[in-house]
Amino acid sequence: MPPKTYIAAIREALGEEMGHDERVLLIGEDVRLGVFAGTRGLHREFGPGRVINTPISELAVAGMGVGAAVTGLRPVVDLMFGTFLYLAMDQIANQAGCMRYMFGGQAKVPIVFMAQNGGGLGAGPHHSQPMHPLFMNMPLIKVVAPSNPYDAKGLLKAAVRDDDPVVFLSQLSLGGQRADVPDEEYTIPIGVGDLKRAGADVTVCSAGLTVHRALEAASSLAEDGIDAEVIDLRTLKPWDEAMVLESVAKTGRFVAVDESYPTCGAASEWAATVAEKAFGDLRGPVQRVSNRPVPIPFSPVLESQTIPAAADVVDAVRRTMARG
Amino acid sequence: MTIAAKEAIGAAAVLRIYRCCLRIRRFEEKVAQLFKKGLLPGFVHLYIGEEAVAAGVGAALRADDHIVSTHRGHGHVIAKGGDLNRMMAELFGKATGYCKGKGGSMHIADFSIGVLGACGIVGGGIPIALGAALSSATRGTDQVAATFFGDGAANEGSFHESLNLASVMSLPVLFVCENNHYGEFTPAAEAMNVADVADRAAGYGIPGVVVDGTDPLAVHLAAADAVQRGRRGEGPTLIEAKTHRGDHAEGEKAFLAGQPYRDEQELERAAAGDPIEKLTADIAALGLFEADVLEEIDREAVAAVEEAVEFAQNSPDPGPEALMEDRWASG
Ligand SMILES: Cc1ncc(C[n+]2csc(CCOP(=O)(O)OP(=O)(O)O)c2C)c(N)n1
Ligand SMILES: [Mg+2]
Repeated sequence: MPPKTYIAAIREALGEEMGHDERVLLIGEDVRLGVFAGTRGLHREFGPGRVINTPISELAVAGMGVGAAVTGLRPVVDLMFGTFLYLAMDQIANQAGCMRYMFGGQAKVPIVFMAQNGGGLGAGPHHSQPMHPLFMNMPLIKVVAPSNPYDAKGLLKAAVRDDDPVVFLSQLSLGGQRADVPDEEYTIPIGVGDLKRAGADVTVCSAGLTVHRALEAASSLAEDGIDAEVIDLRTLKPWDEAMVLESVAKTGRFVAVDESYPTCGAASEWAATVAEKAFGDLRGPVQRVSNRPVPIPFSPVLESQTIPAAADVVDAVRRTMARG
Repeated sequence: MTIAAKEAIGAAAVLRIYRCCLRIRRFEEKVAQLFKKGLLPGFVHLYIGEEAVAAGVGAALRADDHIVSTHRGHGHVIAKGGDLNRMMAELFGKATGYCKGKGGSMHIADFSIGVLGACGIVGGGIPIALGAALSSATRGTDQVAATFFGDGAANEGSFHESLNLASVMSLPVLFVCENNHYGEFTPAAEAMNVADVADRAAGYGIPGVVVDGTDPLAVHLAAADAVQRGRRGEGPTLIEAKTHRGDHAEGEKAFLAGQPYRDEQELERAAAGDPIEKLTADIAALGLFEADVLEEIDREAVAAVEEAVEFAQNSPDPGPEALMEDRWASG
């Protein structure tokens, strides 16, 4: 298996899916040249009818995708930065997110909204906000957030094949990562987590960039004889509750690590579920590690204090280990 | 535009515009160098080639007027009288920057001089100018608000909604479209089926004027007209300044991996349309100043930029306490 970057894995997934399903279109600003390179070269391969380079009009672009989806196409709408999804929000939340249910099951909305999520780029608030909890909060939108190139390819292909709206969140902060990605076709089912590290003492649950921070924390905890189990959820909604609950049944301790805010963040959702459904298994208080509650600041010095670091995870694990 | 039409501008305003163009150019040239050396975090979009627009509009505004800027906003802030030291420090993310390092290149603001902020969201700043205009109308002052945005932003809903709303409310807004013919790597000609963004003004019942956005004095005259309309209570104006930029963002050649996106003719027009050369020629034609006056202005600009870099580099990073400051006005 050749090592590939996260971005290359995305490009490969799109190319494969466009290659064997001509209903799959790629739509967005500068998808032709590929601002993040994840769409680069596809224009040459599939032409302007399949790779549609649009004006800067997020709302219309997203809505056009929705209309195309309900009439038989399978659009992938690339909105570049997650924060630009705010401009498309009506079409995602009120339209794509409601149509099937609201119209009594008549509509099928097989659409993927793709964007880079979160910080770590030194790009300031308008390009760095974490977006996933917003979409997790919409009852009929799926949200995936791969933490590595292998998952990026498999999950994006699954998202394109999914018959419901999926928000696919990549992370530029992982862009330079290389990992083995098969040239062959494979999908990773939406909703299935990945046990990254088995451990007996505490369950650390995460997704996206912070999976790496959690793994880093687990290595340093191991030096102190604390054996952490690390779960990469990969899909934020529907998320793999069963995997988490099974793990907590074994470890009795739970730390949720997520790059979004504590109030109604992803970590809050996981923590609440564990508190509700695994109360009897818990031997220490559930802990959350989230962003500090500020817009992501520009200064790299401040930004790095805003997003969960491995040391924050270590602290949280120690807090829950200290009791019980 | 004939040179005779420019005579009315007057020596003081011309000098102000020239000084502004030079400060912007020298500042941006330095920023380009610093970025190349890897000293600036994040994304940087330069205003080189577009100086005429900010300088021409800026000289038509009063100190108490408001502006709203864009991701390509350094020039706007300088034109409104921004402090180069605090701008440069912000680009470095330092505690002494305009936003204490929390904003960066795309978010410089100075409320004390009416700069309501640059904006990383394309089209995000346009409606904010309506609010500033509403605010002055409510207070009964004759302040105006200018909002800068690109050709690309003219395809956002916020542009269309704002023109209509400002029109029906007759708000004193200058909509200043900097048409540099590209939105990122997509030509404007492909993103809109009108040759002039200014044509869109008619659809909202407001005047739309096209001006040579590489000609500082021409921009200034158009802006001065629009400002007067606004002050007289006659409502908004859309000014479309046809201009040229360099790269979309610093470092783009590397991340585009050599993929070209600009056509040769446009590049030639861009090279031929240097606003500072045009202004220098106008100044000579008007017989206003000798070359040594202009050279001295350039030297001042270079020195001010050098000082700004030194100030920024000698400034501290924000301390850990800064992270949780500036959140709530209510304490
Ligand atoms: C809402 C939104 N969409 C997309 C972007 C990405 N982006 C940044 S600058 C830019 C091009 C803007 O073009 P234009 O308005 O013409 O301004 P210019 O860069 O040419 O000055 C784009 C698409 C953004 N920042 N915000
Ligand atoms: Mg443009």
